[in-house]
Amino acid sequence: MSTAEWLDIGWVDQIPVRGSRTVQVEGGDDIALFRTAEGKIFALRDRCPHKHGRLSQGIVHGGAVACPLHNWRISLATGEALGDDRGCTPTVPVKIDGGRVLLCRASTLMAAA
Amino acid sequence: MEHRPITAESDTREHLVVIGNGMAGCRAVEELLARDPSRFRITIFGAEPRVNYNRIMLSPVLAGEKEFGDIIINDADWYASNAIALVAGDPVVAIDRAARTVTTRSGLVERYDRLLIATGSDPFIIPVPGKDLPGVIAFRDMDDVNAMLAAADAGKKKGGGAAVVIGGGLLGLEAAHGLSLRGMKVTVLHLMPTLMERQLDEAAGWLLKQALEARGQTILTGADTAEIVGEMKVEGVKLKDGTLIPADLVVMAVGIRPSTQLARDAGLAVGRGIQVDDHMVTSDPAVLAVGECVEHDGQVYGLVAPLWDMCRSLADGLVDKPTGYRGSVTSTKLKVSGIDVFSAGDFSGGDECEDIVLRDASRGVYKRVVLRDDRVVGAVLYGDTADGNWYFDLLKTQEDVSALRDILIFGQAFASGGGRADPKAAVAALSDDAEICGCNGVTKGQVVSSIAKGAHSLDAVRSSCKASASCGSCTGLVETLLALTLGDEVRSGPKTLCKCTSFGHDDVRREIIAQGMRSIPEVMQKLHWATPDGCSSCRPALNYYLLCALPGEYQDDQQSRFVNERLHANIQKDGTYSVVPRMWGGITSPAELRAIADVVEKFNAPMVKVTGGQRLDIFGIKKEDLPAVWADLNAAGMVSGHAYGKALRTVKTCVGSEWCRFGTQDSTGLGVKIERMSWGSWMPHKFKIAVSGCPRNCAEATIKDFGIVCVDSGYELHVGGNGGIHVRATDLLCKVGSEQEAMDYCAAFIQLYREEAGYLERTAPWIERVGLDYVKARIVEDDAGREALRARFLVSQSFSQGDPWAQRAEGAEAEHHAPMARFTPQEELA
Repeated sequence: MSTAEWLDIGWVDQIPVRGSRTVQVEGGDDIALFRTAEGKIFALRDRCPHKHGRLSQGIVHGGAVACPLHNWRISLATGEALGDDRGCTPTVPVKIDGGRVLLCRASTLMAAA
Repeated sequence: MEHRPITAESDTREHLVVIGNGMAGCRAVEELLARDPSRFRITIFGAEPRVNYNRIMLSPVLAGEKEFGDIIINDADWYASNAIALVAGDPVVAIDRAARTVTTRSGLVERYDRLLIATGSDPFIIPVPGKDLPGVIAFRDMDDVNAMLAAADAGKKKGGGAAVVIGGGLLGLEAAHGLSLRGMKVTVLHLMPTLMERQLDEAAGWLLKQALEARGQTILTGADTAEIVGEMKVEGVKLKDGTLIPADLVVMAVGIRPSTQLARDAGLAVGRGIQVDDHMVTSDPAVLAVGECVEHDGQVYGLVAPLWDMCRSLADGLVDKPTGYRGSVTSTKLKVSGIDVFSAGDFSGGDECEDIVLRDASRGVYKRVVLRDDRVVGAVLYGDTADGNWYFDLLKTQEDVSALRDILIFGQAFASGGGRADPKAAVAALSDDAEICGCNGVTKGQVVSSIAKGAHSLDAVRSSCKASASCGSCTGLVETLLALTLGDEVRSGPKTLCKCTSFGHDDVRREIIAQGMRSIPEVMQKLHWATPDGCSSCRPALNYYLLCALPGEYQDDQQSRFVNERLHANIQKDGTYSVVPRMWGGITSPAELRAIADVVEKFNAPMVKVTGGQRLDIFGIKKEDLPAVWADLNAAGMVSGHAYGKALRTVKTCVGSEWCRFGTQDSTGLGVKIERMSWGSWMPHKFKIAVSGCPRNCAEATIKDFGIVCVDSGYELHVGGNGGIHVRATDLLCKVGSEQEAMDYCAAFIQLYREEAGYLERTAPWIERVGLDYVKARIVEDDAGREALRARFLVSQSFSQGDPWAQRAEGAEAEHHAPMARFTPQEELA
């Protein structure tokens, strides 16, 4: 259930393992939700800091996602580009409650803006 | 399985007769041949009806990780090419030392000048009632493995069989592991309080027990077998405390003892084993013995490593440069995948001994190194065995480790200067005597000398000195030795697949097939991937290799596919997609054109473009709209053009003899037929075909992966062209006379490329790598091989020609397209 602080997005199981789903935010960028092989959930603005590729469409491996456009690797935890590339995409705090994925409302708005 | 002895009367060489066609007997012969290939006329007698195989690899065969063919050490060609007579399946039953003859069970009598006894050991069968019931077996040879496999199969048919393994030592646990993987419910009975008590201390034994129980085995320690019960066959095992455990199969693996009966009957000196001197000579100077059947200096050995040393000493002695065997220190590794256990030397402790112990409970790591007088005398490692070779080397060299003492337990990398020290330095620091390959008894010195003699690749090392040729767990060490020995030269060898692995593409593909691997996690586990779930380079490659190896069986992993292949459309820089329906041979119709025009208008596609591959590309489609677009295109009879895939793209054609005044054959018709045959197939990279109706080549067939140029007398087949960054014209493969042949050769070529090129390797660099002659040899010169390739392609195609668009349009994998939620800040979540 959504509250003033948290947005209830759906069940964890709706996100494929080593995959991603998106949340559309009206008037802004999508938020990409990721689920790693270890079962951790992360949320980032769905926009690579490089050329704005949709990170939700990338290959998730370890704690990173490879952007589908030019293969930049972005840390899911920090949004920072890994390796020799420099750049950062905003992250959104996530919590799991009873199998539901909750996104921080304020950060979602900021990240999507 | 019988190679008749060559009783060549003209052959006046000394006749060496070997009793035992196992690891020791054949290794001794190999060592002799290496020193002097023509010294002896050789006859080998074996009890089993087989060629020489690697007995210690029976466990992986039982576990389904290897097949019998993989563990053969010397095949029939080896016997033939070395003129060795093999009498297999007819064991020697008597030795007459006075007459210098041996007699086999079938009555064959053979005279010898030198006799080598390598009878190995016999499984110890505990003398309990019921031990002779059908269904009670040992774990010693291939027949035992076959009996276990048969029992597991029979168990499966009735919904799960039960097996009891008596003995929780190395052999018993490997048998239990294999049976468990084969679907049997396994109970291990062990008389002692901890497992593998001869190799592991109590702590490591306990960790091992926990790990095996977590895998579903029942482990009973302190379990004393009273009798094996059953009427016609085994039905269960009764313990002395009265417990009855039902079983369809009982494996006795309580131990082995030297097989000495023949020697004893012949009057040779026998203690626990056949007594030999430092040159492996028995009490009769004409008779030698080697392997597990011997007793040297009061010691008998039941492991493989001492055998290699014994065989070297034996061969040195026989060719008159005696070196002498001085006994062996042994180490043990358990071959149960995913459980790493190592032990070496003496860890029983004692007053003069000091223990250094490291435990990391959360990682399940336990390490113990035992020192005496500042020298390593024993080591037990559980969970992290990477430093096993190093401790074993320190143990064998008896190096003074007082300077290292504080950091010894953290392993070699740390001891040689920091936790992230160059792993190459660790291998460089090993002594020449350090054992690299435990399966085949190959030392670092031997590997380095093989490399120096020209074995400049992993495969070459495997075939020259056999290091890493069996279980493969030392592959990393061998590769490091290659790098150390050859320096920069090694970089010209095959590249590794990515940073997650030390294996190259070819190695991975070969191992997937050899070990019958069935999933990406399995490949990563078995090939020691350095990352938990790979990277965006290796995951798509592994997905493809498995798909190619297991058509129809492998479950495609969508998360290991690049976005275009996951969404069956081409991602564009703004995050929208382009959609290309297939136009067979570049031919279209009013209905198709209308449907495309309707889609463009209905979904507001900003652009439609004619592609280089003779079809239409609709740009600017949103991810959410893709299924609806496809549904409309499907309704007009169009399917996916795979413009997004490492797959068959287009078959470009010119109009040919149907319209063109120069056309020699029906190039459009042939193009359509080829596209119908080959569409939908996944490949290492994109694959383009073209058919030109005459040598004017309007379809540009000579820059395609497979191009056909029609001529009056038939069809020229061209391969390996590319119009990309590096333009490469095709090579002429051959000329054929009929359409059917052109299609057959095309299918065979595609399959050869699918099976042998590395992932993301186009046909052009692939052909430059393997050579046109190789491709010709496989496709043109080998009729049966070509037909087999074509047949495999068609089998694979029978599973891959479902239209992915139709499946998605019907709602399959909708999560790839729809957002999980919509959020409108003013209102609430939709």
